[in-house]
Amino acid sequence: MTETIELSIDSKLEFVDLVASVTKSVTAKIGFEEEDASWIELAVHEAVINAIMHGNKSAADKQVDVRFVTEQDAVTVYVRDYGEGFDPAQLPDPTNSDNLLNPTGRGIFYMRTFMDEVEHSIHPEGGSVVRMRKVKRLP
Amino acid sequence: MANLNIKDRQAGDVAILDLSGKITIGEGSVQLREAVRKLLDDGKKKILLNLGDVSYVDSSGIGELVSSYTTTNHNGGQLKLLNQTKKIHDLLTITKLLTVFESFDDEGAAVSSFK
Repeated sequence: MTETIELSIDSKLEFVDLVASVTKSVTAKIGFEEEDASWIELAVHEAVINAIMHGNKSAADKQVDVRFVTEQDAVTVYVRDYGEGFDPAQLPDPTNSDNLLNPTGRGIFYMRTFMDEVEHSIHPEGGSVVRMRKVKRLP
Repeated sequence: MANLNIKDRQAGDVAILDLSGKITIGEGSVQLREAVRKLLDDGKKKILLNLGDVSYVDSSGIGELVSSYTTTNHNGGQLKLLNQTKKIHDLLTITKLLTVFESFDDEGAAVSSFK
């Protein structure tokens, strides 16, 4: 059985902590280990920051939609912005020696590291969607 | 209340910034940038960031550590890390930044490592 939790925020950084609170509640309900829960929280944080800053270009009237779909042993998180989209394949590898000292460009790399699945797509009605999934580790 | 609290102190000619709280996009990252900038403006070029009480860092915060490092280097100084938390250690490891930063668990050893 799945359950869904959805929230929409204006593109303001002050609302990011609100999403973090919901993320914590969701991971606690599923019973993720503390360390995995903190990495899921970071991955969602990075996705929401990207949606605000790069997707919606910080236009406060554009929203970021966050949807958590919970299962007994997994969570799938969808983060949608209303921007023009981008090609994640074009992002430089932050671990390449030429990029190590870049101050930016690590958010999506962390998302891909900490979640089991990360997919970017264009929403049919506009904007980008990132879908991330994490399955609870067996005890 | 500020996301990041920064206290500065001096150990010989080494400036130590004791950081506590969050280094995240927005306020926390800006506070760290300004604190390092102020030390450099004051001619303090041996800088040790004490991360022991940092509870949360995001990619922007890691980026700010990198910026602090490069800014200090460009100003002829040295910036090193003290008391990385496990999370910060993991984030630096994943992005191969452990090879960039000189890092210590012991303050005395960190202070005496500056030339």
